[in-house]
Amino acid sequence: MNEAPLLVFALLSLLFSGIFCLLFRNNVRVQKAIAITGTTLFLMLAILLLLQVYHHGIQVVQVGDWPAPFGISLVADMFSALMILITAIIAFAILWYSMQDVSGERKAGGYFSLFFFMLFGVSGSFLTGDIFNLYVWFEVMLVASFVLIAIGSSKAQLEGAVKYVVLNFIGSGFFLMGVGIVYKLTGALNMAELSIIIANHDETGLITLSSVFFIMAFGIKAAVFPLFFWLPASYHTPPISIAGLMAGLLTKVGVYALIRFFTLIFVQDVQFTHTLLLIIAGLTMLTGVFGAIAQNDFRKILAFHIISQIGYMVMGLALYTSLAIAGAIFYVLHHILVKTNLFLISGIVKVTNRSFLLKQLGGVYSRYPLVTILFIISAFSLAGIPPLSGFWSKLFLVKAGLAIEQYLIVFIALLVGLLTLFSMSKIWKHVFQSEDPKSSNEKEDLLNKRKYMLLPAIFLATITLFISFFPQVLFELSQIAAEQLLNADTYINAVLK
Amino acid sequence: MNLVISIIIGILFGSSIFLMLHRSFFKLIVGIFLFGYGTIFFLFSVSGLTKNAPPIIDKDAANLTQMADPLPQALTLTAIVIAIGVQVFVIILLKKVYETVTNEKHVRTEDLDDLKTTDKID
Repeated sequence: MNEAPLLVFALLSLLFSGIFCLLFRNNVRVQKAIAITGTTLFLMLAILLLLQVYHHGIQVVQVGDWPAPFGISLVADMFSALMILITAIIAFAILWYSMQDVSGERKAGGYFSLFFFMLFGVSGSFLTGDIFNLYVWFEVMLVASFVLIAIGSSKAQLEGAVKYVVLNFIGSGFFLMGVGIVYKLTGALNMAELSIIIANHDETGLITLSSVFFIMAFGIKAAVFPLFFWLPASYHTPPISIAGLMAGLLTKVGVYALIRFFTLIFVQDVQFTHTLLLIIAGLTMLTGVFGAIAQNDFRKILAFHIISQIGYMVMGLALYTSLAIAGAIFYVLHHILVKTNLFLISGIVKVTNRSFLLKQLGGVYSRYPLVTILFIISAFSLAGIPPLSGFWSKLFLVKAGLAIEQYLIVFIALLVGLLTLFSMSKIWKHVFQSEDPKSSNEKEDLLNKRKYMLLPAIFLATITLFISFFPQVLFELSQIAAEQLLNADTYINAVLK
Repeated sequence: MNLVISIIIGILFGSSIFLMLHRSFFKLIVGIFLFGYGTIFFLFSVSGLTKNAPPIIDKDAANLTQMADPLPQALTLTAIVIAIGVQVFVIILLKKVYETVTNEKHVRTEDLDDLKTTDKID
């Protein structure tokens, strides 16, 4: 237990990197050095944290040494530790990618410090054990992402930012109202204490009412049906590094919060809340994938796929068995890797052809076989082709669904997998297999100048392949995480001891 | 008094939604402001208001009935700070958008319908 501050160090490494980047805001070169050091340090701390949680169980820090239900607790259980690790991996990859992707003007405009403040908010949301504190972390993350999405001030970015900001502000409002009602009913804000009080609370109806506020709030953040409209309107506007970072991490913070709240706190009326979540999950999967089929822009197709994949994660939560939740956690981790990588690849393809529109792209297969291989790994994994990681995650969810005889949702999940493959084959046909639209005399090798952008994509693809061929490693960790989530007593004892 | 406060919160939320559904930039800003105030007021009053009682009392004064719950007040303060930050950001953002749209079209416009390009299928 004496090593517990590790999770504080992980947060501080991000905070201080952000602050130092701000102090050297006139010197981009120093900022780069700080950023590389910061992300590497964060990655190492995240690995250490995961090992610590694996060997010694749930890690708790009481901030300011105030005893548990009164002060704010920072808690790292297996689920949090896995999310922190994946955040660190994505941050590491995106940082290297952004060196050649983000324009100098944006870097001078504070890109690096915002990058760290957003990661700080994301990591804080994963680690906190207090619902009002979670709101504050959400705001840290959101305000940084508001600026990141608008940085550079192109017209499309500003447009996207307006939609993103307004809808997320409303989402935060719902979160705050939910916190108010929960505090009124229970007099507690600590998640562990709430779990105990709500389990023995008489007014189940009112508790369920407050849980609907949280479904609204986290639903907007996670972009579930019918609250997803801000996502496809804004995610394709900023530079690819920023879009990839947000696509990978931000919606998943919403999913994380949903899983945390609806396994630990709101399990008083599973019949109602989890059925509602199941319906939302099915509709989210379908609308997301249909939206993707209609699009003709590489990034917009990917943005709509985020929505349909969120549906799978919520489905895992809604089925509410140990296997289903382990499957959902596995899905979140696999999805973050694959989706970020697809965004990075779309950026690389853009460098080769100077466009994101499918009809203006082409001939990548004949000119850049390596990019094609990276795309195949990620796209097939997203669609769930064996033996790639997406197949395993879908397998666990489908198996869990069949075990409790939810045939309809299983059918939708499989159908959506097929449609995902269809829309990925659309990208394949237009971008990789088709003839190069340009005449031969202008075929200079545009990628050569920016070939370091390939390294992060290779890095993420390697991790995807590792998960694909050794799924039992990650699945074992997901199962431990799911067990901890479903047995609230371990969490409560760790926090309130 | 609770009834009055409930009605005020209802008016705040109702008018904020009404304003946000308009097409004007300015009404969107005011709508967001009112929504922020509505949530803060809701958070402040939902756990019950105590009249004429201090939130912080002396250690020796054990009479807890004459004490207002300090926690919702602390939460409200935090929420106000955050909300003001976001609202200021929204004003700056919409000013930027206004400038960009005006420069592009050479007409002064504050119509949110000019912001539809990111939704279109190319």
